[in-house]
Amino acid sequence: MASAPTYTPIATQTLATGASSVTFSSIPQTYTDLVLVTQEYTTGTPTAYGISVQFNGDTGSNYSNTLVSGNGSSAASSRATNKIGAWIGYESYSANWTNIVTNIQNYSNSTTYKTLITRSSVASNYVAAGTSLWRNTGAISSITVLSTDFGSASTPFVAGSTFTLYGITAA
Amino acid sequence: MATSTYNLIASQVVGSGGASSVDFSSIPQTYTDLKLVMSVRCNNAAYYSKSEISFNGSTSNQVFRDLTGDGSSATSSTASNFQFIGVGNNNTANIFSNTELYIPNYTSSNYKCASLETNDENNSSAAGAAYVEMQALLWSSTAAINEITITGITGNFVQYSTFYLYGIINH
Repeated sequence: MASAPTYTPIATQTLATGASSVTFSSIPQTYTDLVLVTQEYTTGTPTAYGISVQFNGDTGSNYSNTLVSGNGSSAASSRATNKIGAWIGYESYSANWTNIVTNIQNYSNSTTYKTLITRSSVASNYVAAGTSLWRNTGAISSITVLSTDFGSASTPFVAGSTFTLYGITAA
Repeated sequence: MATSTYNLIASQVVGSGGASSVDFSSIPQTYTDLKLVMSVRCNNAAYYSKSEISFNGSTSNQVFRDLTGDGSSATSSTASNFQFIGVGNNNTANIFSNTELYIPNYTSSNYKCASLETNDENNSSAAGAAYVEMQALLWSSTAAINEITITGITGNFVQYSTFYLYGIINH
């Protein structure tokens, strides 16, 4: 008997034109974990500080994060609380593509706050890892990726940016 | 029948004679992303080793930025060759590194950005005995990646070092 697939693409989006956000909605509740893989950069000189996600359209101050990063000359760690989005990586621009791989564990339960771990890199600027928390016990049914971490205004993701959501099944 | 998302393209396990390098050539161009999972130990007389990655037989046009922690401090640096930390032969017997290289959109005509994470842990407090390292890699080439070579810089790969190349499809 063939074994069931454990790593399944749920949806992928490649931007035909620039956009400040990308949403995955109606996420099936049949997986154990989610993996979000993005490759993007933003237009112009960035005025925001990072890339973030919001779950289920929640724009409240219900997110926090801790991260560690290196810029090629020094290492640093920082923390932010009561944010209106969950940080997943830093912005980049001028054709410096950023890779972000984010794992969201146990996204479909209705009993725990949701956490993610993320790795983000752009060779011209930084490498970073971090964790974010969404203080909500609701199952995650939609994810919006935003080209800002709400430090200031957003600059859009460029055309050609790719966003793929995978589901992982533990059993 | 559904197409498998996460596919083993090829694997190599180093035999008793060791190996100075491992090569994956004629990589199919039919996937979206590549993931190379490595477990590495070299025969050089040190706690750690250095190995190098090349694409399409070239080590030109490479730059990376890293973030490294050794248990007592964190540093960040940048360099021009894709070299990562593994385990050396002065380390505890039977310990190998845990290393992952992720290359999104490896067939695109954009420059290639990749992420690498590697670590080794050996239950020792000795300086330089264990590491965690993250890297942001940029290969400034528009060529599709059809070959990946991993070369031991400080020594040869020892027996039981393993290299698994996976192709990931996002649809």
